[in-house]
Amino acid sequence: MRVDYPCFLSTLINHINLYQPQQNMPISEILFWALSAIAVLCALMVVVVKNPIHSALYLILTFFAIAGHYFLLNAHFLAAVHIIVYAGAIMVLFLYIIMMVNLQEAQMDKKRNLFKLVSAIAAGLMMLVLTVAGKQADLTTVTNPATEIGTVESLGTVLFNEFLLPFEISALLFLSAMVGAVLLSKKQLN
Amino acid sequence: MSVNYYLFLSTALFSIGAFGVMFRRNAILKFMCIELMLNAVNLLMVAFSTVWGQAQAQVFVFFIMAVAAAEVAIGLAILMMIFRNIQSTDTSILSKMKW
Repeated sequence: MRVDYPCFLSTLINHINLYQPQQNMPISEILFWALSAIAVLCALMVVVVKNPIHSALYLILTFFAIAGHYFLLNAHFLAAVHIIVYAGAIMVLFLYIIMMVNLQEAQMDKKRNLFKLVSAIAAGLMMLVLTVAGKQADLTTVTNPATEIGTVESLGTVLFNEFLLPFEISALLFLSAMVGAVLLSKKQLN
Repeated sequence: MSVNYYLFLSTALFSIGAFGVMFRRNAILKFMCIELMLNAVNLLMVAFSTVWGQAQAQVFVFFIMAVAAAEVAIGLAILMMIFRNIQSTDTSILSKMKW
């Protein structure tokens, strides 16, 4: 089962396939592997790196790689929203908080090494279980892949027809989040 | 690409995020790892939506992003309040909370 690529990419692929021998990887696969490698490596760096600022910057890189995956999957609207919301809003908030809060990682103690080992083993086992479950999943019987579902037009149609009430409720959620954040960050009430 | 590859990629990202939540002691970094886990799920949902040709999944991803933004605003406000009270965001200190 092949996922459809964006129009400009597929024309690019056709042009490249005309001039290159067939055994070469299509450019979309190269992009997929490159973006996956960037995403996984930067995600690992987020966890491993000592300095919290560096961690936040690596997380931004991971988000950009994931936005590239959205482009490859033809979800243009979500790619744009992802960059705006995550890289533009959420990570700016995180960076502000990290810079305001003077973070000092506490001294390493002896229990810490055992704890690291245990958390690594637990996460590795979880990855193993999920991978095996994913390998057994039968995903090959997919039919009728649509190409035009990720555009602003089609998503807007679905959002404002089927999901109008959740959309309005999410506005309410944002209002309450704003009130809550203001209330929490005030030094003293009254 | 086969959708299986997206399954494995988002499994890897989700596991790295879970590892970070367990591994780091700083509450802000734990929070960042939670964002990473949310993104792994979003990526898989977009991949499935493209393969099956269902736009609803992408709308759900949009809602997940909205909820994540609200969650970050509230969560960081709570963390700032904790920091103002105990001068630290280390979760090994926060574990002294009673319940």
